[in-house]
Amino acid sequence: MAKAKVATVWLEACAGCHMSFLDIDERLADLVEKVDILYSPVVDGKEIPQVDVGVIDGALGNEEEVHLAKEMRDRCKILVGWGDCAVFGGINCMRNFLSPEKVLEEAYTETKSTVNPEKVIPGEELPALLPKAIPIDHVVKCDVYIPGCPPDADTILWVFQEILEGRVPKVPANMMRYD
Amino acid sequence: MTTVRKIEINPVTRIEGHGKITVHLDEAGQVQDARFHVTQFRGFEVFSKGRDFREMPVITPRICGICPVSHHLAAAKACDAILGVEITPSAHKLRELMHMGQFVQSHALSFFHLSSPDLLFGFDADPAIRNVVGLARQFPELAVKGISLRKFGQEIIKTLGGKKVHPWHSIPGGVNRSLRQDERDEIVRDLPAMKAIVREALDLIKNYLAEKGEEAKRFATLETAFLGLVNGGFLELYDGDIRFRGPRGRIIDEFPDWEYLDHIGEHVEAWSYLKFPFYRGLGYPNGSYRVGPLGRVNACDDISTPEASAELAAFRKLTEDGVVHYTMYYHYARLIETLYGLERIEELLDDEDIMGSDLRVHSRELYPEGIGVIEAPRGTLIHHYEVDDRGAITRVNLIVATGHNNFAMNKGVELVARDYIRDGKVTEGIMNRMEHVIRCYDPCLSCSTHAVGKMPLRLQVFDAKGVLLSDQERS
Repeated sequence: MAKAKVATVWLEACAGCHMSFLDIDERLADLVEKVDILYSPVVDGKEIPQVDVGVIDGALGNEEEVHLAKEMRDRCKILVGWGDCAVFGGINCMRNFLSPEKVLEEAYTETKSTVNPEKVIPGEELPALLPKAIPIDHVVKCDVYIPGCPPDADTILWVFQEILEGRVPKVPANMMRYD
Repeated sequence: MTTVRKIEINPVTRIEGHGKITVHLDEAGQVQDARFHVTQFRGFEVFSKGRDFREMPVITPRICGICPVSHHLAAAKACDAILGVEITPSAHKLRELMHMGQFVQSHALSFFHLSSPDLLFGFDADPAIRNVVGLARQFPELAVKGISLRKFGQEIIKTLGGKKVHPWHSIPGGVNRSLRQDERDEIVRDLPAMKAIVREALDLIKNYLAEKGEEAKRFATLETAFLGLVNGGFLELYDGDIRFRGPRGRIIDEFPDWEYLDHIGEHVEAWSYLKFPFYRGLGYPNGSYRVGPLGRVNACDDISTPEASAELAAFRKLTEDGVVHYTMYYHYARLIETLYGLERIEELLDDEDIMGSDLRVHSRELYPEGIGVIEAPRGTLIHHYEVDDRGAITRVNLIVATGHNNFAMNKGVELVARDYIRDGKVTEGIMNRMEHVIRCYDPCLSCSTHAVGKMPLRLQVFDAKGVLLSDQERS
């Protein structure tokens, strides 16, 4: 059987879901016998290729992230959302009570150790913030949801195994967690 | 001089977080300027306002999934200060045990999973194999060792905090759980094997650096001051004074962590969401310095545990004045610290306080301000909160480990670009070298962008009119 092609990306998030994926530890060696990870923060691909399984960790908080989420959706057959940020928007949504301009202004001019007399706000060659941080399915269709902050390594591995068996899994109650 | 071409590497891979590198070339195809941009911003300093301060040890770990324990502990220390308490010896040592677990796992990840592929396969190797999966195929034994070292650290975190990523163990005034005898014994049992793995990795990096000689010493190297926590002059990771050591080895300054604002400021550039910390006495950019493994081993006088101390002594013999500026030697310093982490775990587990059950100090006080400073794997981490009379957060200031190295990462990328790019020719291997500069510093860009942000890598070339000449995104 040909290996399944996989791409993973991390958007507005902390990296914890990818760390939890690496927590499958020595089982990683078995997994990579069955899947080819072509694009991911842990390998060197720079452009998302056509894949069987696309994984998004993180919410959408800026324009570049929206672009990457759409690109991932276009180039994968099954899209998996890893973690509370992808599924619900997660902790990033705590900024949604304020305008992005206000958040930036405060972070870059009013925080205590900042020395910024000219009130420079970063923005050159940088992606602009969305008005609110949002879960991925506000923009793209998500096929498999794995909540958790982060999801357990066993759950992440189980989802891969199910997909490799040709099923589109729904995380069962005993694996479902939100913290 | 006008910029003729702009090269962009986006996203920078095998690093923790989102960043890109841009290189500007002049008409002759020579490097004019190079920058490392952090492209994500999230806003923790702003959106934490209004929360009860006791929530901070749970909120702030979500800044970073690689070193959540650092934020967990720095937040807890800031909360202790708000309560005006000194925690019990058992609580202190249990926190430190979790912290050492984190150092081991995070340093193992940086060395084995992210950086060793460049060292073992070479910078110019096929990008398709130059990663942890390629490592598992071609060097399965080493890969398994790297994985088990990281797992060892992660298991300590899980034992105390219930989860490997985003654990919950520290609370304002102490910790919420003691260590059981069987858990202690299990950690002790694995220690010798883990030390052997670190020794093997130390041999690997020493041989590599010796073999590469001047090339490795020159790679992205610049002279800066160094910053790190010390305790009686010894390397300290959990609680100590902040020391600045000058480029020639002189101690420029040393002060208690709560005085950080008098000494450290943060500069803002329009092209990066990551700020640029500097030593106020020298201003920006002259007061830029480096932190993390190389910063700490240069800042301290010695390491308190015997094996790491001996390794540090050998490390210092590399230069006449004992100060090591070589950027590639971050990997070496990182492994010396990993050895210290394992020795410190051994010491802590031999200490009777570690099995103690006096875990929490109560307090009815509520001070208006609290500062918590620790060494995260990537460098000094500062949490500073102000609260109102009900304990609601009114102001937050975070200086994250990666930020301190922002200036050096930018300079390092520029140095490598100047060294390797000739007549505008940029190969994949050269791009990877620029990325490896970033990997040396093992940045945590999710941390660095706690404010708001994200950071990928891509290489684009523009002419003087802004017309895209080539787009060398790797695939």
